[in-house]
Amino acid sequence: MSRPASGAAAGKIGGAGRRSRGVWLTALPLYLFTIVFVAGPLVYMLVLSFQTKAEGWGVEQVFTWNNYLRILDPVYLDTFLQSLKLAVSTTLLVVLIGYPFGYFMAKLSQAWKRRMMMLIMIPFWTSSLIRLYGWMILLQAKGAVYQTVRFLGFDIDPLKVLYTYPAVLIGMVYALLPFMMLSVYSSAEKMDWSLVEAARDLGASPMKAFLSVTLKLTMPGLLSGVILTFVPSMGLFFIADILGGNKIVLVGSLIQDQLTRGADWPFAAALAVVLMIMTTLLIFLYQKVTHSTELEGLF
Amino acid sequence: MEEMILSLRGIRKSFGDAEVLKGISLDVKQGEFITLLGSSGCGKTTTLRIIAGLEQPDEGRVILEGKDVTREEPHKRDVNTVFQSYALFPHMDVASNVAYGLKIRKVPKEEQKKRVKEVLQLVQLEGFGKRKPSELSGGQRQRVAIARAIVNNPRVLLLDEPLGALDLQLRRQMQLELKRLQKKLGITFIYITHDQEEAINMSDRIVVMNAGSFEQVGTPDEVYHHPRTSFVAKFVGSANIIHEEGKTLAVRSENLLFAKQGASDKYCVRNGAVKEKSFAGGLLRVVFVLEDGTELTASRHGIDTDVREGEQVKIGWLPEHAVEVEDDLPEEGTGNPGTGGRMPREKLEAAELKGDRS
Repeated sequence: MSRPASGAAAGKIGGAGRRSRGVWLTALPLYLFTIVFVAGPLVYMLVLSFQTKAEGWGVEQVFTWNNYLRILDPVYLDTFLQSLKLAVSTTLLVVLIGYPFGYFMAKLSQAWKRRMMMLIMIPFWTSSLIRLYGWMILLQAKGAVYQTVRFLGFDIDPLKVLYTYPAVLIGMVYALLPFMMLSVYSSAEKMDWSLVEAARDLGASPMKAFLSVTLKLTMPGLLSGVILTFVPSMGLFFIADILGGNKIVLVGSLIQDQLTRGADWPFAAALAVVLMIMTTLLIFLYQKVTHSTELEGLF
Repeated sequence: MEEMILSLRGIRKSFGDAEVLKGISLDVKQGEFITLLGSSGCGKTTTLRIIAGLEQPDEGRVILEGKDVTREEPHKRDVNTVFQSYALFPHMDVASNVAYGLKIRKVPKEEQKKRVKEVLQLVQLEGFGKRKPSELSGGQRQRVAIARAIVNNPRVLLLDEPLGALDLQLRRQMQLELKRLQKKLGITFIYITHDQEEAINMSDRIVVMNAGSFEQVGTPDEVYHHPRTSFVAKFVGSANIIHEEGKTLAVRSENLLFAKQGASDKYCVRNGAVKEKSFAGGLLRVVFVLEDGTELTASRHGIDTDVREGEQVKIGWLPEHAVEVEDDLPEEGTGNPGTGGRMPREKLEAAELKGDRS
């Protein structure tokens, strides 16, 4: 009776166990690539973060905890907090806009799906930097955004549109929204909508059916969308630089600053390590909270 | 008048330009097993979806226990569906799937557990509660789908070709089990199938559907022995349709006899040639072509007969086996009402007819 039952699971386990030498050989380039280009730099960064900045330019091979202790300085802690705040609000907004978009896109006809996909992809044909300068023009004093807000009857200071926190938030959401839309879409596209009908048939209101069936089944897409949004938004310093002026300093900008102007590589490395650990922990926490283990198109 | 649990009144439904349901009406009694029988695309699934509330009719009313529920949302109707694809929730185990409706209705946890256990026992799936739907076979999934629906004790259970995906043997077994279950629970079943054997085996009444209309509503016996239209005769009884003097007659293949020559004057007889012979399902089928090009099929027990392909034979049937039906081919017009009388027939000698009626 249980023969078909264990089929799917056994297939996976058996596949891993029976990995022959031939498979190892074909996978070897992948391992080499990963070791050289992912693990290598990471280890180098970790080592670097415990070394000492040389006088003038370069690194001295002297072990120290100082780089990490420096991060505890309120100025830097505040930067981490700012970054976290921006990343969380960006992710939240992206979820609120991107999830419904991906959900409804999956319900469109084939022709309209293609058209929507096209509309999402077109901006990627231009450099993201150029698109950001486009936002600068829109957000500038007495620019299109200002005019629109005025037209809607709100009175705002024309000088307080660009180089503000909302401007940075707009830029971040704009840059990261497509990733959420696409990963929710690919999850929702695979959904069997008759399950929602079954839920309605069994007595669930539309909201209840959405929460207990649709949301659960599109969770992999939502989760990978959140990761694709949250992780980059902790480090996307150029958006904050361009749209926020120098008023909003994020960990990303701080690291870039330490690498270039400060020439303090070990401190930059320490900041990067802490950022990475923080991001990983938050994603781990998020996964625990949502009970999601599957990710759409990732891992 | 007997209390009707469900009534459909003049339901019409179109998708775009295609009219899927052309004004259908039906009354269903409490505890009845009703089958909607028809080929794919005849509108039977749409009828079911309208009863469930998953589709809105353009016209007409759905009345459940005397209450008009036409515009009522699906979750507010005391009707449950067993979907063709089963539509089990893949992220829940069997017990949670079955308990879903109870949980939504906020039935106490203890009661939920008890009822889930009972229903799983009823469909012979005790001990499967912790399995995921992906770990079950087709037949087991089917049972879970039934359990998930009947656990809510609906007034009416709708079943959309529930056995369609199962192999023949399992299907026969499940037919009996479903019938047993329906008797035991006393729930009204509205069952969809395109398999006439299934319909005849299980139903109290059969609704034969064709192109969005009800061709005939009746007991299996009525539908099989007294088809109202040529469509019903062909679809349910695999009958031959014979046009004679402006009348349309239906003769089932087992009542069609053939011989090289001669027949008694009790029989209506035609001349024809043997087109092909085939043996299937314990029966020999012989196809004849009449002089006017009509094809007739006769079946009899055995694996072969002495007529050869291409040979000229006499084909005959007893008048009482010919049922006059309405012709529903549009170019022929609708048939004339009234029961069929005696048909003129060629007189032949009785002794020589090799009749093998079954």
